[in-house]
Amino acid sequence: MAEPEPTAQDKGRGLRRRKFLTFLVAAPTLTVAGRFGFDALTEASALPSPPALEDIADLGDAIRLASMPTTHLMVLEVTEDTTIRFELPRLEVGQGISTAIAMMVAEELDARIDDVNVELSDSRPELHFNQITAASTGVRILWDPVRRMAADARARLINAAANQWGLSAEELTTQDSTVRAPDGRTLSYGELAVAAREESSTGSKLKDAAEYTTIGTPVSRTDARDIVTGKALYAMDLPIEGALPTVVARPPTINGTVESVDDTKAKSMPGVVAVTTIPSGVAVSAETFYEALQARDALEITWGAGPIDGMSDADIRAKLKSTSQPLAAPKLRGSHLDATFDFAFVNHAPMEVESAAASVPGDGTAEVWMPSQTAIWAQGVIAGELGLNRDDVTVHVTRAGGSFGRRLFADVGIEAARVSQAIGRPVKLMRTRQDDMKHGRMRPAYHQKIRASYAAGEVLSFEHRVTGVTLDFDHGLGEALTSTLAQVAEGGAGQYYFTSSQSMPYHVGAVSQTLQEVQLGIPTSSFRSVYSGTVRAAEEVVMDELAEKMGKDPVEFRRKVVKTSSGKAVLTKAAEAAGWGKDMPAGHAQGVGYHAEYRSHAACVVDIDATDPANPRVTKAVLAVDVGRVVNPKGLEAQIMGSTMDGIATVLRAGIHIDNGAVRENSYGDYLWTKHADAPVTCEVHIIPATWNPGGAGELALPAAAGAVANAYARATGTRPRSFPINH
Amino acid sequence: MPKKHKFSVNGKRVEVDADANMPLLWVLRDKLGVTGPKYGCGVGVCRTCTSHLDGEEIQPCVVPVGECKNKEVTTIEGLANGDDMHPVQQAWIDADVGQCGFCQPGQIMAAVSLLQRKAKPTDADIDAIENMCRCGTYPRLRAAIKEVAGMPMDPPGNGKPPQGPPEDTPPNDRGQGGSGQRPGGQQGKPADGTSTDGEQSGDKESGGLFDGIGSAFGG
Ligand code: FES
Ligand code: FES
Repeated sequence: MAEPEPTAQDKGRGLRRRKFLTFLVAAPTLTVAGRFGFDALTEASALPSPPALEDIADLGDAIRLASMPTTHLMVLEVTEDTTIRFELPRLEVGQGISTAIAMMVAEELDARIDDVNVELSDSRPELHFNQITAASTGVRILWDPVRRMAADARARLINAAANQWGLSAEELTTQDSTVRAPDGRTLSYGELAVAAREESSTGSKLKDAAEYTTIGTPVSRTDARDIVTGKALYAMDLPIEGALPTVVARPPTINGTVESVDDTKAKSMPGVVAVTTIPSGVAVSAETFYEALQARDALEITWGAGPIDGMSDADIRAKLKSTSQPLAAPKLRGSHLDATFDFAFVNHAPMEVESAAASVPGDGTAEVWMPSQTAIWAQGVIAGELGLNRDDVTVHVTRAGGSFGRRLFADVGIEAARVSQAIGRPVKLMRTRQDDMKHGRMRPAYHQKIRASYAAGEVLSFEHRVTGVTLDFDHGLGEALTSTLAQVAEGGAGQYYFTSSQSMPYHVGAVSQTLQEVQLGIPTSSFRSVYSGTVRAAEEVVMDELAEKMGKDPVEFRRKVVKTSSGKAVLTKAAEAAGWGKDMPAGHAQGVGYHAEYRSHAACVVDIDATDPANPRVTKAVLAVDVGRVVNPKGLEAQIMGSTMDGIATVLRAGIHIDNGAVRENSYGDYLWTKHADAPVTCEVHIIPATWNPGGAGELALPAAAGAVANAYARATGTRPRSFPINH
Repeated sequence: MPKKHKFSVNGKRVEVDADANMPLLWVLRDKLGVTGPKYGCGVGVCRTCTSHLDGEEIQPCVVPVGECKNKEVTTIEGLANGDDMHPVQQAWIDADVGQCGFCQPGQIMAAVSLLQRKAKPTDADIDAIENMCRCGTYPRLRAAIKEVAGMPMDPPGNGKPPQGPPEDTPPNDRGQGGSGQRPGGQQGKPADGTSTDGEQSGDKESGGLFDGIGSAFGG
């Protein structure tokens, strides 16, 4: 099997045999997290809420602990031509992790960023839990080990130059991928790469933040040119020799089965090479996707029922409702506010449909090319499905055309590998958009109940019962979590994820947040912000309604009860920048939302035009964020904008309908995700400077934006949104 | 019957054996190895495949190759002049628009088309761009378009005329190898209808879009 040709984004690949210096740094010591617990509590006069698990050691801490033992196995190389190669055990889905890592390496190595080449690593089982892309942990986990590796590399290059020149290392400086002597002589890192192999990293030291010239500056994506010239290659673009375009005829209802197939006509059609029945449907492999699709339409298949045949949205909602435990909080002195919320299923709908190429030549090995957030786990399950040894299977991680949580699983990788094994030819298997809509994993539907009690201008209790369709965690992240804090995982990974990621960022008295899940056999996967996308959005709506009940301004109320000074700062900044409280015409309003997770904070104020309540538009969005130390402000801004668009979509229009066991939607024509005409014309992101270690940022703004949009809609229309998306 | 279709792609003449109903998108991707135009829906809705036909914006997923006879197809690969970026590409780099990047070839081709029609688009003109970006790069897309508004829009590749006789560029040997297509392997027969995925009937918007494209390029 030929390797894909090197691309511009991938220039180091061809140099693989000319490795000269490979750094395997010692495992970094486990440092105490800089921001454990409460950071400078505000002197809130509100009734303090005790810390939740998330406040003390959140999900990201757990994933970091799980990945720590293997950080020393990551690879940084300097080659003779001054290419600095880092094999990144993560997936690039558009979040800009490759650029952020390149910046960290460039900073601590004093290298030109153009010399740094970050490649996505193949699956490497020895990394255990350190090859999972989830929970906004990329920068957060790799911040320390990657900088240390680069600093060690720099020290060894300096020591090599010192030896060569007969000078002491202290006299030498580094800049732009060169070591410099006081007399002006220079040696490039490439020239030193061979000698540096023998050097120790004595003198290795991380820079002080004050010395940073790259970290914290706005840097454009390292693959920007590949993107705009069409050279960025996704799984289906790879020139894998002989790989047959393959599509799968799938059942009319979710997880239906194949009972019988008549493929006589399909097989006689032009270009068709093979028809293969697999558990999820009937695969057609042909010379082109056009011919595969034509032949797919000609298959005659009898389908068996799926697990929810006959069930529709109303039945699912009723099921969730009847399962949901009653609110237990006693109606304390004073008044209380009860609210129930329903959230529809949401399809991730990444622009690149789920796709994978596979070659299973029959010699006991297999190669799979796919964008995977959990490459090691994918390698294991694919090996299991094929009856091969895990070590004989390689998962080549390709860049993803978006993910939003969809690429945590290996569904299409398994399908492609099965078909390739059956027909003895390499294949590239693609879901059509309709396949992706009708059979893709989704954010679960939820029914949520909240009861808050209040008296004398203070919230006394806040109880939140979340009931949802089971969120599937069987993708390797669950194992990583239970490996670190098994005792919390009694209720399974979902419960643990919920407990370790959810907390109430406000002092609102006694807080209780619980999750109940109902297994229905519907394919699900974490969606950007996971539980927070619905849980915190609902809570933000209730916060507004509490403020109203108590006669307080929504921003002032939040500022008063928010637990942290960072939270207060982002609320203040967003409100100021947005001109909170300005006069607006009838049918227009502002709304505010706030969210804290993964040690980061976001406040969002939106302006909405809801003069036509059936077709509202967010005209302006202003965000203020504190994510700790910012590696790349440009990348951060992009993530905040992107997750804001997701908040707008999921609150206003984008939701899936289930009719008799099948997804109703087909494509972006009837699944109404944000487009140009729905996006705010103005979107401002204000970054509050901070010096502590980076928190997570990739999912941060979604719950804040979702809350802000729902609250703006409520204020503009005078209705209380209870079912999302509002215009379903 | 499959027949030979002669047209140009990014300034090179090509000749392809295919069923006349085969959408240009699959001809480009699977037969010519031109993978810049991406599949996102196959029914003209997402517009991630957006390219140009004789300088007009098209969605190749809904344009049959039979309609491309003797015409010039420009994909994202044909926009730059060698290493010199087209002003729209440069604006995209400067504004750091792309996230996952998947929709961006289509976004860029749509923006070039808009700017050719209207040098200084208004916000309403930008709102009318139908191209989907699931990563939500809309604010930067808008900023990049405004940044380049008013600049002269050179024809793609600086308007080089098509070069080379068809014999020089056997379609199956071009590009990056496509799907390992074997020369002469296409023995198609006419397909019934233009739907390749059965999606149009179920997708409210696609019928209208498809009709629009059909009438614009119905020759
Ligand atoms: S793939 Fe052509 S418009 Fe979607
Ligand atoms: S950049 Fe990812 S879909 Fe637009």
